[in-house]
Amino acid sequence: MKLELGVNREFSEPLLELKHVTKYYHGAAPALEDINFSVAEGEFISVIGPSGAGKSTLLRCINRMIEATSGEISFDGVLISKLKKRDLRKLRTRIGMIFQHYNLVDKLSVIENVLHGRLGYKSTLAGVMGRYSPEEKLQAMRIIDLLGLHDQVYKRCDQLSGGQKQRVGIARALIQDPKLILCDEPIASLDPNSAKIIMDHLRDVSAQMGITVIVNLHQVSVALKYSDRIIGVNQGKIVFDGSPSALTAEKIAEIYGSESNDLMVELGERYAI
Amino acid sequence: MQSDIFAKRKKDSLIFFFLLILLTVGSVVITQYDVSKGFTSLLKAFIWGGSNFYPDGKSLTILPDVLRKLWDTILMSIAATTVATVFATLLALVGSRTTRMNRLFSLVARGIASLFRNIPLVAWAMVLMLAFSQSSITGYLALFLGSFGFLTRAFIETIDEVSNDSVEALSATGASYFHIIFQSVLPSSLPQMISWILFMIDTNIRDATLVGLLTGTGIGFSFDLYYKSFNFHAASLVVILIVITVILIEMVSNTIRRVIM
Repeated sequence: MKLELGVNREFSEPLLELKHVTKYYHGAAPALEDINFSVAEGEFISVIGPSGAGKSTLLRCINRMIEATSGEISFDGVLISKLKKRDLRKLRTRIGMIFQHYNLVDKLSVIENVLHGRLGYKSTLAGVMGRYSPEEKLQAMRIIDLLGLHDQVYKRCDQLSGGQKQRVGIARALIQDPKLILCDEPIASLDPNSAKIIMDHLRDVSAQMGITVIVNLHQVSVALKYSDRIIGVNQGKIVFDGSPSALTAEKIAEIYGSESNDLMVELGERYAI
Repeated sequence: MQSDIFAKRKKDSLIFFFLLILLTVGSVVITQYDVSKGFTSLLKAFIWGGSNFYPDGKSLTILPDVLRKLWDTILMSIAATTVATVFATLLALVGSRTTRMNRLFSLVARGIASLFRNIPLVAWAMVLMLAFSQSSITGYLALFLGSFGFLTRAFIETIDEVSNDSVEALSATGASYFHIIFQSVLPSSLPQMISWILFMIDTNIRDATLVGLLTGTGIGFSFDLYYKSFNFHAASLVVILIVITVILIEMVSNTIRRVIM
């Protein structure tokens, strides 16, 4: 529940480590094949790649919303692939998640949706009844203010715009007091203006609170602008892993295959910013 | 290429209409139904109804008795629906793809729902009559079982349709199964579920009349009694009261729906 954690970037012990992670759905071709990378605390990482490359699967394997077929994933010193149900729940409280379609309970108010982020810490009865402590409510209010949703606190979520809904999504993740936030295409359904607000908030979350952020993105230019590091995925394999400055036109061509011609224009934008 | 698609559409609709006509004519021929006689006797029925089937001054004396029976019928329909709702909600949570515990239970739950839904209400009433004879408990149980099957099915679809995304989000925060049910699934599905419950109540009031004919209870029995003793004015009063009640209930349901949706 500490918001002002301060920047704590000691890139020594990895917060998250994936080793030989492989995922097969039905069929012969793997959705993920031998994925290896580690993430230091406080990093802002973008995962880019064409549709169907396995970005979403990769993200969901980290908090085991999808079970990897083989391989090891460790988070904060814990081997998560072996966790039992109860321990998995405890682990998930430390990992926030943000979705393309916001995944809010539309019929409930903003504050109720934000407080859902605390459910992982609750007993069955307290969670079922929706009983939250005064501190939790205060913290929810603080986060809502921080994200500029002060006037929407008691509004039902189906009355919000896309950008506002996504900020509720961020607030729900933040109140979990997470060490890591996973974002699955957080701006894919938003207009450019709202998208910028969301990306700026995510950068603040990373820079000011020291929370590690992994974002799946479609737009190369956005990845270039915001990330400390970019991971390029194609056909379930990591084909690029490095700083934005190392992402050359050839590398983009490799990540996106034949689609790359259109993307050249976007690469030019990096120098314009 | 494009012209081919339009030609195909035209051909498809021609085939469709041809089949429809074939089915109609075939059914008429096989059952030896006389279409023109059917329509003319419908007209005759209306003429007879107009001259005999209306409430007169004398029939109004039975009004207090009929109203009491009607009230009983309404309450019974509501009770059957609400109790069915409780059981249907539980079974729907087991049966829905989003909230099921495992595939087998889900399949069993869906099976039970289909079974209860597909047995006609009248059949339920007849079967139950063997056990409980002609009593109001028979009518109540018949309505309850029919509603239970229908509501389970409707709730399963509502839950599947409405709450997938937020369920994923809540399980990603570490929320437990019951947290997810009470904080995401039920709040998301509730307006839709209430809408189904209201629909069920007004269907049940209509059906209670029919069940009452068989079980000898409620408003259905009143109708039967007056009709069979050739007291058509009283019987017509009963019908008119039922129609008014159903319309009123429907208006109330619509208002509630507008408010909650």
